Amino acid sequence: MNQHDSHPSGFLLTENLVKRFDDVVAVDDVSISIQKGEIFALLGSSGCGKSTLLRILAGFEKPTAGRVLLNGLDIASFPPYERPINMMFQSYALFPHLNIWDNVAFGLKREGMPPAQIKTRVEEMLELVQLTAYAKRKPHQLSGGQQQRVALARSLAKKPQLLLLDEPLGALDKKLRQRTQFELVHIIESVGVTVVMVTHDQEEAMTMASRIAVMSHGRVLQVGTPQEIYECPTNRFVADFIGNINLFDGQLSVDEHDRSEITIDQGVVHIDHGIGGSIGMPLTIAVRPEKIYISKTRPNVNVNLFSGKVREIGYFGSYSSFIVEMQDGRTVVVTEPNGSRLENIDITWDDRVFFWWDEADPVVLTH
Amino acid sequence: MKTSSSQALLRLLQAHFGKLWLLVVYLFLYGPLLFLILFSFNSTRQDAVFTGFSTRWYEALLNDSRLVGGFFLSLKVAVITGTLSTILGTFAAFVLVRYQRFRGRSLFSGLVSAPLVMPEVIIGLSLLLLMVAVQHAIGWPERGATTIVLGHTLLGMAYATVVVAARLREMDRTIEEAAMDLGCRPLQVFFLVTLPNILPSLVAAWMLTFTLSFDDVVISEFLSGPGVTTLPQVIFGYARRGVNPSIYAAATILILTVSTGIIAYSILTMRAQRRRERDAQAAVLAEIRSVEENVGTA
Repeated sequence: MNQHDSHPSGFLLTENLVKRFDDVVAVDDVSISIQKGEIFALLGSSGCGKSTLLRILAGFEKPTAGRVLLNGLDIASFPPYERPINMMFQSYALFPHLNIWDNVAFGLKREGMPPAQIKTRVEEMLELVQLTAYAKRKPHQLSGGQQQRVALARSLAKKPQLLLLDEPLGALDKKLRQRTQFELVHIIESVGVTVVMVTHDQEEAMTMASRIAVMSHGRVLQVGTPQEIYECPTNRFVADFIGNINLFDGQLSVDEHDRSEITIDQGVVHIDHGIGGSIGMPLTIAVRPEKIYISKTRPNVNVNLFSGKVREIGYFGSYSSFIVEMQDGRTVVVTEPNGSRLENIDITWDDRVFFWWDEADPVVLTH
Repeated sequence: MKTSSSQALLRLLQAHFGKLWLLVVYLFLYGPLLFLILFSFNSTRQDAVFTGFSTRWYEALLNDSRLVGGFFLSLKVAVITGTLSTILGTFAAFVLVRYQRFRGRSLFSGLVSAPLVMPEVIIGLSLLLLMVAVQHAIGWPERGATTIVLGHTLLGMAYATVVVAARLREMDRTIEEAAMDLGCRPLQVFFLVTLPNILPSLVAAWMLTFTLSFDDVVISEFLSGPGVTTLPQVIFGYARRGVNPSIYAAATILILTVSTGIIAYSILTMRAQRRRERDAQAAVLAEIRSVEENVGTA
């Protein structure tokens, strides 16, 4: 039962990590393996344990049980100042009494680097984040975006083996966030450091991370690439948490090796693969709104076809979102890109519409 | 006709009530001081009638060795008290704010703040008994400047703890974590990051405890020895024996010194605040401009 051996290539490993605060289990048996050079995101809503996990990696919290292996070395008992790990804090945590240059040089001075080398390294770092002109300013004299870049330069200055990002864009306003996302990824990739980031913002996780761990109540529910997490969620929570999704509860009624049918309250859903379960077992069907077609006229299909009345229309510029109410009162969300199918423009409130999806598109969740 | 004029008066009163009230409060606060300053320039010993302008009491003050001696003793005692109180108070505040759980924490917290609510007379009396007993047992401390400093520091430490603890509580703790993350050991964190960031509160604590010590009479009265009298004690002694306008002169000098210090300090901090705001604004504007440029080129 040695997980270390089953992931020999893992650069950072957590093994059955548990953190208990009195009666609350903040991190519950988390085992993850992160590769060198990866940008790995811990995604979840507040209180899911992602921040505690990050603080364990940084050394601010000691795990109640389990191991943290960095390059094969168990660092769980090391204090923060003895770990080759640096963190960029959500609030940036710049030293208000030091100017930008001294903020970036702070960690280098602590490890006793010769002044000439410190100078080169700090200049290199300020160059990297394009703040050379601001070296003599104090943190409060910079804008939020500039402060964030100082924080990044400071956490990269010591060439850490692992960089931790705590809600890296959380303190920026929305307009700045999108530009900074790519800038941040660009800098991280140019440095080539392994990153573990914490975020509650799925968009942020999707655009920045190479892999995502979705967390809830201290547990990791699914680990995968952004596409895997979005297209193939393995459980109801992940499906519901990432993006919009329509969930239908039902029972397995036909199960063959290359097709299956699931009976839901509103009819039968056909799937193009087998489930490998027992007939009658409860299942949940998940269908993304953008996978559903919508039309006022009856389409030339006869499976996975439903109908309803349009209750709400939301116009979002590049796409429109329709809330369709089925006969039994159940509502379904359907989104259509604007411009590609001009026919849906004439759909309006209270219209009777048909909607359908391909047999390959629904995700079947067993729990 | 008569009602309308009284109504007008009432309306006038309502419109200017705020200003009037402010005037009354200022008079209440500063009237006595103005009176004191005025009479320090009186030409005679009269304390009810201003008989003419003169600086003779200032000259008398300079030649009064008791007042001058008391002033320097008070200064010395206050400087030492301020320094000791601030150091001890900072330690106490750090322990109280940073270590939320240890055996006897609430007892310690109570003991630290007890001098704030304890009547000074009782503090003075109990300290006197203690000092006498200790001196009897080990021959130290002799009653005088040392015992006064010890007494004042007991009180000053309580005040300093409150002031420093407030700042420590509102300080962003993540900067300490950041320092640790960047390689600081706990002691380095304190001296390189915590201390520079709570420094304003240490200055405030020092000034507060300095003032507390400088004008304390009660504890000094209990703990001073023969021939050792602080400035407030000298003034009290004079006042008890009748009016001596030299005291007014001394008080005027003190008031002027203190108010000059306070006004200079406020002007300096106000300027720094304005500069900070201007810089922050400029930084935000620069950022907006750079975003717009980027959008333009994209």
